[in-house]
Amino acid sequence: MTLTNNPPAAKPTLTQRGRSALGDRVFSWWTLGTGLLVLAILGLILITTVREAWPAFDAMGLRFITERVWDPNPATGDAIFGALSFAYGTAVSSLIALLFAVPVSVGIALFLTELAPRRLRGPAVTVIDLLAAVPSVVFGLWGILVVAPALVPIYQWMHDLLGGIPLLGRLFGPVASGRNFMTAGLILAIMVTPIITSITREVFSTVPRADKDAALALGATRWEMIRGAVFPHSFGGVVGAVMLGLGRAMGETIAVALVIGGATNITANLFAPGNSMAAVIVQQFGESTGTFTAALIGLGVVLFAMTVLVNLLAQVVVRRAEARMKGSVA
Amino acid sequence: MASNDTNLTTRPSVAVHAPGTTVSGADSANSSVMQLRDVSVYYGSYEAVRGTTMPIQQNQVTAMIGPSGCGKSTVLRALNRMNDPIPGARVSGDVLFHGQDLYAKDIDPIQVRRRIGMVFQKPNPFPKSIYDNVAYGLRINGIKGRLDDHVEEALTKAALWDEVKDKLRKSALALSGGQQQRLCIARTIAVKPEVILMDEPCSALDPIATAKIEDLIFELTNDYTIVIVTHNMQQAARVSHYTAFFTAEVDEAQERHGRLVEFSQTGKLFTNPADKRTEDYITGRFG
Repeated sequence: MTLTNNPPAAKPTLTQRGRSALGDRVFSWWTLGTGLLVLAILGLILITTVREAWPAFDAMGLRFITERVWDPNPATGDAIFGALSFAYGTAVSSLIALLFAVPVSVGIALFLTELAPRRLRGPAVTVIDLLAAVPSVVFGLWGILVVAPALVPIYQWMHDLLGGIPLLGRLFGPVASGRNFMTAGLILAIMVTPIITSITREVFSTVPRADKDAALALGATRWEMIRGAVFPHSFGGVVGAVMLGLGRAMGETIAVALVIGGATNITANLFAPGNSMAAVIVQQFGESTGTFTAALIGLGVVLFAMTVLVNLLAQVVVRRAEARMKGSVA
Repeated sequence: MASNDTNLTTRPSVAVHAPGTTVSGADSANSSVMQLRDVSVYYGSYEAVRGTTMPIQQNQVTAMIGPSGCGKSTVLRALNRMNDPIPGARVSGDVLFHGQDLYAKDIDPIQVRRRIGMVFQKPNPFPKSIYDNVAYGLRINGIKGRLDDHVEEALTKAALWDEVKDKLRKSALALSGGQQQRLCIARTIAVKPEVILMDEPCSALDPIATAKIEDLIFELTNDYTIVIVTHNMQQAARVSHYTAFFTAEVDEAQERHGRLVEFSQTGKLFTNPADKRTEDYITGRFG
């Protein structure tokens, strides 16, 4: 028997056709479409807000972001719209929030992934997620009615204790009321903790068992294992979680509006009242007209830009830190 | 190695067992660094491995072979308490290290793992630089002296130094699989354990990388005692002095249990096995 005597087999169809190819095409168009949609929405928001804010930008020029005075209805002369005080309030309250929320969130996440007994994990996660479901106005009301008054004696005590220290003492200046940067930061911390915790927990749980085993087999304690195996693996993801939390803190409106004190103020004193961009928008939008309205929308644009900037910065930080920690790949 | 300093407890204590305990079945009790006496490992109520009794001889390579699911890796992990983090895992019987029961109440598993290191099936370097991978164990164990010298020494012993000396700050993940596994061995020997456990260390490697690891294992017996789990009988025959053959038994309740069938010198086990099941396995009739 020779091969040449065999009848030629039917030529198999190898060209692209049929239902599977259609499915792939639909899938790729769908994903491409939704991806572009996000970009389009972002672009439209930016264009629309900048256009609506233009009268204020036009009147103030660069002073819109360098001016600390915000006076929509001056007794004499033109209205002054400077975003700097509110940008400062946004930054300070958000930073305080992260200062408290990040260590707590990372601690909770580590407890849940590495330490907690299995039967405790489910309920604990539910409780933390519930915290995320509390509406922000509730946090705000709780802040203004309960937290702010309760904190006044503590602030006073801290002022008495630390206020005299040169330089550092300026952070702990005189206490006017419980409504100030610090209280806003603390309320924000509680609000962003669930987000940071739940993402951090997810990130920690993706650390391969093999990496943890490797550390343990070298005689690592649990903490050494976490530092050596869990953290290097999770750094980027944790920073991402923190950025999401920061995004929420910077954009939070009503809760901050209720507890930050409502003053146009740039001061190192964390116990002084201030205001944030998002809070100003919600407080003043209803009574505004014309250029005033444009200026409030302008605050939105500045907030938007600040958020984007912070996120880009975070990406650079992550890339640098990972390169240093993991060693260069090339 | 430092056999005169074998205190594994968190605090100083009197000897748990009289030294020099004689165990039946050991070829020469005074050269065995570890002893397993009727060791069973459970996961919850499931008995994964049943009644294992065997010695681990000092500065020798002991291989554990057998079909999948025979419990050889489970027994290996019981030797340095690596089963501890697995929920429900439990060990009965005695795992003796220089006469001390590793599962006694006052034994610190951290100290145990410091003396009895482990290399895993899949190369698992940390996502750090080559240098930091080796230095990690040194740092957590508070090893004094020049870190650089210790790192170089460990990498040299692991036959990796010449290949990586110019790129110590590069990521360990950029190395080939075989290099990664030798890095993991370097990382393990850097903390100077007495015993190194290897859980199928070559199963993810190509033949050339495997040959390098096997040569290395032979070299390492000058300083270390090695226990290696392998599914590769030729490898066991090539590298080990003693071999333990495990198999899986099915009991009346249709449950599978790992069981040690035969333990003897490697040459004897492969040429003149005492048990029919060993013979069937090594001649390829089973498994």
